[in-house]
Amino acid sequence: MKSRVMTYIISTIVENKPGVLHKASNMFRCRDFNIDSISVGPTEREDLSRMTITIDGDKATVEQLVKQLSKLIDVLKVSVLSPESTVVRELALVKLHVTDAKARSDIINYANVFRSRVVDVASGSITIEVTGSPDKIDAFLTLASTFGIKEIARTGITALVRG
Amino acid sequence: MVKMSGAQALIEALYKEKVEVIFGLPGGAIIPVYDVLRDSKIRHILGRHEQSVAHMADGYARASGKVGVCMATSGPGATNLVTGIANAYMDSAPMVAITGQVPTSLIGKDAFQEVDIIGITTPITKHNYQPRHASEIPNTIKMAFHIASTGRPGPVLIDLPKNVQNDTADMIFPNKVEIRGYKPNKFPHTLQVEKVIKLLTKAEKPIIMAGGGIILSNASLKLQAMAELLLAPVVTTFMGKGSIPENHPLSLGVLGMHGSAEANRLILEADVLLAAGIRFSDRTTGKIEEFCQDTKIIQIDIDPSEIGKNKTVDVPIVGDLNKTLTMLYDSLAKLLEKKEDNLWFKRVRQIREEFKDKIDQGEGLAPPNLLKKLREVLPHNSIITTEVGQNQMWASLYFKVYEPRTFISSGGLGTMGFGFPASIGAKVAKPDVPVLDIAGDGSFMMTSNSLATSISEKIPVIVVILNNSMLGMVAQWQRMFYKRRYSAVELGAYNFEKLAKAFGAQGFRIGSLEEFIKVVKSALKSEVTTVIDVPISPEENVFPMVPAGKGLKDTIYR
Ligand SMILES: Cc1ncc(C[n+]2csc(CCOP(=O)(O)OP(=O)(O)O)c2C)c(N)n1
Repeated sequence: MKSRVMTYIISTIVENKPGVLHKASNMFRCRDFNIDSISVGPTEREDLSRMTITIDGDKATVEQLVKQLSKLIDVLKVSVLSPESTVVRELALVKLHVTDAKARSDIINYANVFRSRVVDVASGSITIEVTGSPDKIDAFLTLASTFGIKEIARTGITALVRG
Repeated sequence: MVKMSGAQALIEALYKEKVEVIFGLPGGAIIPVYDVLRDSKIRHILGRHEQSVAHMADGYARASGKVGVCMATSGPGATNLVTGIANAYMDSAPMVAITGQVPTSLIGKDAFQEVDIIGITTPITKHNYQPRHASEIPNTIKMAFHIASTGRPGPVLIDLPKNVQNDTADMIFPNKVEIRGYKPNKFPHTLQVEKVIKLLTKAEKPIIMAGGGIILSNASLKLQAMAELLLAPVVTTFMGKGSIPENHPLSLGVLGMHGSAEANRLILEADVLLAAGIRFSDRTTGKIEEFCQDTKIIQIDIDPSEIGKNKTVDVPIVGDLNKTLTMLYDSLAKLLEKKEDNLWFKRVRQIREEFKDKIDQGEGLAPPNLLKKLREVLPHNSIITTEVGQNQMWASLYFKVYEPRTFISSGGLGTMGFGFPASIGAKVAKPDVPVLDIAGDGSFMMTSNSLATSISEKIPVIVVILNNSMLGMVAQWQRMFYKRRYSAVELGAYNFEKLAKAFGAQGFRIGSLEEFIKVVKSALKSEVTTVIDVPISPEENVFPMVPAGKGLKDTIYR
């Protein structure tokens, strides 16, 4: 009976007030939902924020999560986005070991291929900014790991419906 | 616009919400409010522990249908409220809890008696507020009452920093609320209504499962009409007890772990189940996978998140129960003829007959017998509260309830110590109706200090303690499932007659059923709280019983 596990993107509009993120994230914990990533930021309106949540789950779990989220008084709108009609982006900062000049030029080359940017260069390291779909970031990280990754910071995805 | 302090604005706003009574206990961080309260017309009832204060507000709310208000100081006052708030949350009781807080300049500094009550109560309130400016108070109160009392009711907490109580501001008292993220759905979707009607008109063995939602939305009469039209027997959840008169020919009693034999049996034979205002709690359904596997299930609830939470259903409808049942009834009445008898109803009578003598109800002071005899001497509208444990389950099984809002018990949280303060709250709501707490000795000990409130505020209730000197329900489990290896359940024998008298209440210790009935009759006429201590055997078990984790078909009868 269990439907299969998929990644869902849930986009919500919430009041831009202190404590709202706590109320939402605490609800996930209490109800035993495992959140994959969550990102929050301002919207075109000062009094509203957008919270983008990704969750690995089955359909029933996601339905329940949407209902529980909608129940929160500070949550105005909840929608489950379908992958085809959604623009999805994530940002990662990756700090890599640089051992010699060859490694440095290789990294810069790869970065260009991924349309990412070098944002910091130091004697033993180089930091790249990658944006794109989570898949693209994963691919870059796989490649980058051959050089040795010092640190990674990822934002979790943010998303908007196309059109 | 009027200039006044935050504390004055609070009391003014409470007036506007028609609050008549606050149950509370003061402290440093809430003194400004108490100072204004002193000159107000709102009655304040001083509790002796904040947990009880919250239970009193809860009992008041359930008996009256109004919002119950409780109040405490910051820090320990607020944390003591927590059990009472959680209890109200689990049972969807409308409540507004007001707490004092340290001044805004000290918040986050671990100041004296500071506690993050907003963080603590987030998972156990419908919503909570911490106004940072006095001018926010009128609107906050308006929103809090609106949220607490509409949709699926529940507790709302308002945490008031001390400077916010003291500061003066220009106050605007709104007549209406506008909360953009809160629009409880009331009218059901017509498409879903049609689907339900289709199912119900075809049903040959329909059964109705009525929950606390029926009582909360005052839908009892509609429920009864619906049952009669469909000739559908009604089982109730524990929270739904009283939603249909339990002497009605279609009433089968409460379902579940300690449900009636008929209810647990017949629900498994039904072809269509109309579940109204219930949440498929594990205590009600037994093993959920086995519950009504081959039955078509219709679920009505005001809270969309209840639908599909614990059990997948065939036809969900989101809507206010009263409105939804009215719509359903009106359509069905045009399609169906009222039946006097059919095969399904014959089956109901047959099952009743089958189980009639299967359960031993004992004699004399054996709890089932005692509760049946107690029922006979009480007026129909008497309000019963219960504690938690065997006493509660005996009351559920053997004390017949005839009217909604007359059976008040801690269903969701199962809070020992709830019943007695709740009975005080209920008596405040319904001063002309007898109010009795059916208690266990363990539970009563948890909040018996409320005797002081009952006496000093002249709120007479009757407490019947089924005194087995044990944490009886735990002892029953240890007896049945742990080979009688009693662990931490022997309380020792205490004399509650003397305890009652020490507080200025009447106390009795009972030796026989005749004596018990005599004492109850005189207590009903008395103007002072009466504690009736009834020693019973520590070996008594509650039956029927479905062992934890088993299905309803595994009901044990004796
Ligand atoms: C506050 C609280 N603590 C512990 C429990 C666990 N518990 C459930 S029933 C029970 C025994 C209740 O004993 P008593 O009040 O004497 O009632 P009886 O079962 O004997 O009727 C206990 C300890 C609980 N429900 N609530």
